[in-house]
Amino acid sequence: MKLNLKIWRQKDAKSKGQMVDYPISGIEGDMSFLEMMDVLNEELITKGEEPVEFDHDCREGICGSCSLQINGEPHGPDRRITTCQLHMRKFKDGDTIVIEPFRATAFPVIKDLIVDRSAFDRIQQAGGFISVNTSGNTVDANAIPINKHIADEAMDSATCIGCGACVAACKNASAMLFTSAKVSQFALLPQGQVEAIDRVHHMVRQMDLEGFGNCTNTGACEVECPKGISLENIARMNREFFKANLKG
Amino acid sequence: MGILDSKVPSGPLADKWTKHKNDINLVNPANKRNIDIIVVGTGLAGGSAAATLAELGYNVKTFCYQDSPRRAHSIAAQGGINAAKNYQGDGDSNYRLFYDTIKGGDYRSREANVYRLAEVSGNIIDQCVAQGVPFAREYGGLLDNRSFGGVLVSRTFYAKGQTGQQLLLGAYAAMNRQINRGKITPFNRHEMMDLVLVNGKARGIIARDLVTGAIERHSAHAVVLATGGYGNVFYLSTNAMGSNVMAAWRAHRRGAFFANPCFTQIHPTCIPVSGDHQSKLTLMSESLRNDGRIWVPKRLEDAQAIREGKIKPTQLNAEDRDYFLERRYPAFGNLVPRDVASRAAKERCDAGFGVNKTGEAVYLDFASAITRYGKEQAMITGIKNPDEDTIRKLGEQVVEAKYGNLFQMYEKIVDENPYKTPMKIYPAVHYTMGGLWVDYNLQTTIPGCYAAGEANFSDHGANRLGASALMQGLADGYFVLPYTIGDYLSEDIRTGAIPTDAAEFEAAEKDVKQRIDRLMSGSGTHSVDYYHKKLGKIMWNKCGMSRNANDLKEAIDEISTLRADFWQHVRIPGSADSKNQELEKAGRVADFLELGELFAKDALTRNESCGGHFREEYQTPEGEALRDDKNFKFVSAWEYKGEPKDAILHKEDLIYENIELKTRSYK
Amino acid sequence: MSGLIKSSIARKVVMALSGLFLVIFLGQHFVINITSVISPDTFNSWSHFMGYNPLVQYILQPVLIAGVVVHFIMGFILELGNNKARAVKYVRYNGKSNAPWISRNMIITGLVVLAFLGLHFYDFWVPEMVYKYVEANPQDATRYYAETVEKFEPIWRTVLYIVSFGLLALHLLHGFASAFQSMGLNNKYSPGIKAFTKIFAIAIPLGFVFIAIYHHLNPITH
Repeated sequence: MKLNLKIWRQKDAKSKGQMVDYPISGIEGDMSFLEMMDVLNEELITKGEEPVEFDHDCREGICGSCSLQINGEPHGPDRRITTCQLHMRKFKDGDTIVIEPFRATAFPVIKDLIVDRSAFDRIQQAGGFISVNTSGNTVDANAIPINKHIADEAMDSATCIGCGACVAACKNASAMLFTSAKVSQFALLPQGQVEAIDRVHHMVRQMDLEGFGNCTNTGACEVECPKGISLENIARMNREFFKANLKG
Repeated sequence: MGILDSKVPSGPLADKWTKHKNDINLVNPANKRNIDIIVVGTGLAGGSAAATLAELGYNVKTFCYQDSPRRAHSIAAQGGINAAKNYQGDGDSNYRLFYDTIKGGDYRSREANVYRLAEVSGNIIDQCVAQGVPFAREYGGLLDNRSFGGVLVSRTFYAKGQTGQQLLLGAYAAMNRQINRGKITPFNRHEMMDLVLVNGKARGIIARDLVTGAIERHSAHAVVLATGGYGNVFYLSTNAMGSNVMAAWRAHRRGAFFANPCFTQIHPTCIPVSGDHQSKLTLMSESLRNDGRIWVPKRLEDAQAIREGKIKPTQLNAEDRDYFLERRYPAFGNLVPRDVASRAAKERCDAGFGVNKTGEAVYLDFASAITRYGKEQAMITGIKNPDEDTIRKLGEQVVEAKYGNLFQMYEKIVDENPYKTPMKIYPAVHYTMGGLWVDYNLQTTIPGCYAAGEANFSDHGANRLGASALMQGLADGYFVLPYTIGDYLSEDIRTGAIPTDAAEFEAAEKDVKQRIDRLMSGSGTHSVDYYHKKLGKIMWNKCGMSRNANDLKEAIDEISTLRADFWQHVRIPGSADSKNQELEKAGRVADFLELGELFAKDALTRNESCGGHFREEYQTPEGEALRDDKNFKFVSAWEYKGEPKDAILHKEDLIYENIELKTRSYK
Repeated sequence: MSGLIKSSIARKVVMALSGLFLVIFLGQHFVINITSVISPDTFNSWSHFMGYNPLVQYILQPVLIAGVVVHFIMGFILELGNNKARAVKYVRYNGKSNAPWISRNMIITGLVVLAFLGLHFYDFWVPEMVYKYVEANPQDATRYYAETVEKFEPIWRTVLYIVSFGLLALHLLHGFASAFQSMGLNNKYSPGIKAFTKIFAIAIPLGFVFIAIYHHLNPITH
């Protein structure tokens, strides 16, 4: 298969970037999208040019490193997968593919398609934890039974991989889905209740400080989330936020 | 015993750890504030160690090459984590977990370490639940368990097919709490380039800021390496693309012995290779073997017809299928340990029964499970005389609830529906039991340099049981290292901050810069990947699932030649003082090119078959591994002496006081 | 409290509450207006009540105006912030693949509705204020019907009304249900709220359109 790639190239955070055209051939349907990028980079290196840099690591859809905006959608046209799980059989011979970094003011470009998502770390550092010492001297794991449905729901929220597709998809570059997933996980579980008030305050404050946009409930994040994190999490965070404000 | 002192405490096995904890020195809280610790790698072992050490009061600096600790490859572990909780009441105990692990490791691990692992395993689950890890639960609200290969009890705790992710996020959250308190300073997108020794003690590292290319000096009173395994020496593995041996290898070059490099785990259930473009292999969780049955056609002509696409697997009747694991190992069936299952699959494929284009795949079939569950569901929901379609539908729902995300992943990659047609799987490199040699305190042969998790060699012997890697990583990080490191650091309470302008730091930084310059000055004909793929081919073909002396000797020569070629002809575009992924890869591959040779040398030295190490010369007439306890009941610890071929072997004899060595049998 | 109103979540709840308040007002407005088609006398008497009841005039009316202003200003502040949150735009942004047009363009539909409100104020509210408070004319409980129908005589105004109500429908289609999500309500009632939103967002503007067309086609012959 022959393709015409249009890729964002940017030397470093300070430089101005631009789109560059790269025609490529010999792509097979069984290749993953990133393997297609490998082929391109191998060609570029052979020609003595600098390869296109992009974040990637596990290449099995769980680490959350890969972060490409492909034809205007985070992780490309397929659903419930990350870029590394997207396969070239989703494209046709002769297609033009536009590849850009995830765009958000809070995700500055580091180089080419690599962006800095440390804002997500800082949101987690602000309160995405339960303050229990790691001594192991806690109660027995089975001391507090948790309703299976609630545990499953908490698990669904916890599956967020922190890739940033929600921010990339949102027309407002809002990080509500990401933040609410963690708030929800702990809001649902009994272990998380003790610090619930501080947690939602601190995490929302940090989220706002990072310069993410606001949520206007378009639902784009939910559609594009590779793990299917639901909008219900945002509603729950909003509830938690108000509960927290009412209680002080 | 030579110069290796395992420092295993005396006394009865079950009391050793408690006694040791009572005997070792502690650092008082006020002094901990004056002590710095560097933790390299922030996966389960590194993340949990960093969080715990910071919580105790030490100043911790963490380093990881990823953009966030949450991306460490521990995240990819799917199936679960073992713990001897005996919640199922099926006769589990610390001893049984200990015994299973030693036996699963084919009697090549240290008794005391493994017992300690079993002993703290229950605590891990308590700890993680307290942290809010959403483990799977039963309807009664209590924790659910499933079973894994090589054991006869259900002791595996899990969180859907994402257990590693949830445990890692738990450790990451614990880290975040300490970052928030200012007790951990994280250095993400940083790679450790060298270990700095001052007066023979590990006192810091040289790191490269992967964004700016800056070379930095960082000092500490102790350095913990939790940098994972080296499976990527095979190029294709289930490891992350960035997983590497650099930190461990740099420490090895500075004096840390490298133990059992040839002990590699080949995981039986991975998605087969589809072509030359393949960059990585994807694992299908071992938990699938709870319900999936592994088979190939009984007749060669059927296998050929399947390969040519003339018939479909579903067209073959049960009597035309060879459920080879059930046939060979009736007691454990499809749940034999990984090494056994992998070799059995390879044996069938080598004999011509493989079922994909390349002939390197076997089936993992859920049809029986779907029917079984379907009937059960029909019974529960009160459907009388259900037809085939109803049973199928109900059964598929159950299977989806259990393994939905794995099935979806398979379908995305292979483009086949595993509910309708059996999955195709083939073994792939997954985990490395070998690693830096450590004593009972997890200290390497360099004082002050510790190794935790997959980066050390300590607990899994020659083969690791499923769901034990997560257990070991967290045991080391949460419950072992924080105690044992205090014993060492108690002598450092008056040392004060380690200055980074010492001559040793200067020299190490110079070495690092020179190495980078050498890499950048390669005359430029081939990319880094070109060499990595070549190395991978040599490793897979000659040091893979089965090995022989001839191949290994060839491998040593070939790798050595390839390494020389690499240093001369590798081409790295861009510059060293900016983000440069090719340079990052080059540094890692350069170390793989040394490790690979030591790997082959180690495999050549070990004239026996044990666990993941199968030497063709040493097998029974039925093709089972032939272990040689008389001559090889030891840990091979290699000392660096320049070229890998010059490495010196030190032996740590393994003493079994509590377990009788037996031929491992799963029949 | 100042910290609260700076928070993104509090702001979106302000949008939701003011929006819902306006939705309620819209329903009430419709109920009165539809009487102009059914019974001019009822329309006159209800309008007169609204025009001279002190509670309506001095409390509800300012609150309503405040609601409009808050909804507009907050919407504008949020839009500016959201724009800043993605300073460098995508070369290709396939928004339609993951969210409907209406949800992504509330600012457009909102601004059109706001412009329409301007016209509406100019048409009815300003003359009313002038009549009552500037010229201090005596009360006349029969004038409202004629004043209303007269306005729909020109075709341009009727068409403008129709277009505006079309866009109001789009604004409501996203906004109404969305307000509940913003306030933290996403549960088993949500499908019901969504269904009600569809009915309300289409039926009410359609009703207004019907009134406009009806009066345009049935002018009062002098």
